[in-house]
Amino acid sequence: MAEKSDGERPRWLAGVMPYKEMGYWKPDYVPEDSDIIAAFRITPQPQVEPEEAAAAVAGESSTATWTVVWTDRLTAHDNYQAKAYKVIPVPNSDPPSWIAYIAYKHDLFEEGSIANLTSSIIGNVFGFKALKALRLEDMHIPREYIKTFQGPPHGIITEREMINKYGRPLLGATTKPKLGLSPRNYGRVVYEALRGGLDFVKDDENINSQNFNRWRDRYHYCMEAVHRAEEVTGETKGHYLNVTAATMEQMYERAEMAKELGSVIIMIDLTIGFTAMTSMSHWARENGLILHLHRAGYATYARQKNHGVNFRVLAKWCRLLGVDHIHSGTVVGKLEGDPNAIRGYYNTLREDKLEANPVQGLYFDQDWAHMPGVMPVASGGIHAGQMHQLLHYLGEDSVLQFGGGTIGHPMGVASGATANRVAVEAMIQARNEGRDYYKEGPDILKKAAKSCPELASALEVWGDITFDFESTDVPDVLETPTKS
Amino acid sequence: MSTGLKINQGTFSFLPDLTDDEIHAQIQYGIDNGWAVAIEHTDDPHPRNVYWDMWGMPMFDLEDAAGGLHEVKRCREAFPNQYIKVNLYNPKLTKQTIALQFIVNRPSHEPGFRLVRTETNDRHIHYTMEPYAANEPHGDRYSD
Repeated sequence: MAEKSDGERPRWLAGVMPYKEMGYWKPDYVPEDSDIIAAFRITPQPQVEPEEAAAAVAGESSTATWTVVWTDRLTAHDNYQAKAYKVIPVPNSDPPSWIAYIAYKHDLFEEGSIANLTSSIIGNVFGFKALKALRLEDMHIPREYIKTFQGPPHGIITEREMINKYGRPLLGATTKPKLGLSPRNYGRVVYEALRGGLDFVKDDENINSQNFNRWRDRYHYCMEAVHRAEEVTGETKGHYLNVTAATMEQMYERAEMAKELGSVIIMIDLTIGFTAMTSMSHWARENGLILHLHRAGYATYARQKNHGVNFRVLAKWCRLLGVDHIHSGTVVGKLEGDPNAIRGYYNTLREDKLEANPVQGLYFDQDWAHMPGVMPVASGGIHAGQMHQLLHYLGEDSVLQFGGGTIGHPMGVASGATANRVAVEAMIQARNEGRDYYKEGPDILKKAAKSCPELASALEVWGDITFDFESTDVPDVLETPTKS
Repeated sequence: MSTGLKINQGTFSFLPDLTDDEIHAQIQYGIDNGWAVAIEHTDDPHPRNVYWDMWGMPMFDLEDAAGGLHEVKRCREAFPNQYIKVNLYNPKLTKQTIALQFIVNRPSHEPGFRLVRTETNDRHIHYTMEPYAANEPHGDRYSD
C-alpha cells in the first residue's frame, strides 16, 4: 500500500513535495534521550510558513534533497530523517522569526568528528533560498555522542594541578605590539610580564612565523623568558606558543619543539579548522601540553542575532573536540558580549550538568558525562580596576588576560603585571572573607594599592575606563525552556 | 648583598603576609564550602615539589576554623624556618582537587633558585632549576 502524505499526493510520486509532507515535520515527536537536538532561529521568506521552513532545515541537514527520490525506500528513512517537532515565535521579532527544534538520531553522525557533525548541521542549510536568515542557537549533545569524543586534553583540574595554582583566576597577557617585534625583543616582554606576576603570556592569533619573527627563534627566546621568570619567582610560568601554520606537518614540528624546550602550553587558532584542532588536541593529550585556543574569526558567523552560529554552540563543539582554554568574552572589555549570554558560555564550558536557562540563552539541559571542563579566557580591554566585576561575572576558573593593561602600565611591563596580580589576590581574599566584593570592589582595590604602588598607578591611569556599548546579541527569553 | 626572593606560590603570595585572623577567615571559608583542611611543610620550595610533608592527616570534619589555625601554630612551632601552607581540598565529584592553597609561614631568608642551562644541539637549551637551599641536606636548610 502506498503511503499517503498529509495531502492527496502519494508520498513516493516523483516530483517536488513540501518538506513538511515528506516526514521532516513531526509535531508529535518526542525526542529520545540519545537524540541530538538543535535549536535554530529561522527567519523564513514571507510566503513560507514556519513549519515548512523548519522542516526544510531538518530535511537539508539530514537526508533530503529538493525532490522525492525512490531510493529513500531502500532505507529505514524514518530513522535517518531529522524531525522538526516544534516552532515557537520569537517575541517582537521583525521580520518574524521562530525558534525551531529539530531532533537528529545520533546514527547520522560519525563518532568523534566535529567536521562530520557540522557538515550536516550547518553544511547546506545556511544558504537556503526559502529562508531570509538562519541561526543555530544551541544544541543538546546526548551522552552517547559525548562519549565518542576525547574532550579537553587535560581540563581545568589537571591544568591547575600541573601548574600548581588554585583558588583564583589565572592571569595572562598577550604580547604587544602583536606584530613587528623581533624574537629577542618579544621575549623581553614575556619575561617582564611573567616576573612581575602573571602566570601566562600569549602569542597573538596572527603571530605565526613572519619575516620579522620566525617561530623557531621566538620559541627559543620565549622559553628563556619563561625559565628565567620561574627562577626569580619560584612559581611555574607559561607562554602560549602559537603553533598555527599552513599545514599539519608544520604544526606538529612546532609543537614538538615547544615540548622539547619545556613549555607547559601551546596554542592554536580557530582558523585552522575543526579537524586540525582535533588533531592538535590528540597531540596535546599524548604529549602532556595544555592546549589554548584563540577563537580567531569566530565573530564572522557568531555575532549577528539572526544569522550564523551562536558562540555557545561553538563552545560545545570545542569542548567535545578538546581544548583546554578558549576565549569566551569579557563582559566588561572592548569586545562584544552580553553578561547573561557570556555567563551561559562560561557555564557551558566549565560545568558538568547544566539546566536549560533562557536568561543565559541555554535552550537545553546538558549533561557532560564528566567530560573535563574548559578554562574560559577573558581577553580584550580589561584592566586591574575592573577586578571585582571580572570575578563577579566570570568566576575564579578563568584566565584573565590583560594585554594593554599590563604592557601599557606607566611604570613598565613588570609593574603592570604586579598590579594585576595584587588586584586579583586582594579580591579573592575579600570574597572569601565574605565581603560584598562586587559592591565594595573599588574600596578593596584602593586599600590593596596602599601597599602596592604599581596597583595605585594602574588605578590612576585606567580606573575609570569602561566600554559601555549596547550588545548586538542578547538572549530572547522564550516562554518555556525545553527539557531534553 | 643578596636580597633573596619571596617565592610566589599559593593564592596570596603577592599580598602582605596574612595575619592569624586572616588565616582563620580563609580556613572558615573552606569549611563553609565543605572542604577539608590540610597543613603541609617543606624545606624544598621547588615549584614542582608537590609532595610537601603532611602535618598530620587532612582534617575532613572540622567545624570551626580555630582548630585549623591551632594546627598551623603548632606546625610553626615545630618548623619555624620552613615553608608551611594550608590546603583546602574539595572532594566533590568532578572536582577532587585543591580549591585554595596559601602559604602561612616562610623561612626568615629565602635565597631563591639557581637556573642551570644545559646547551644541546641547534641552540636548544634544557633548563633545570634548583633551590639554593637544597644544596644542604634536609634538616640543615634555612638554619642561618
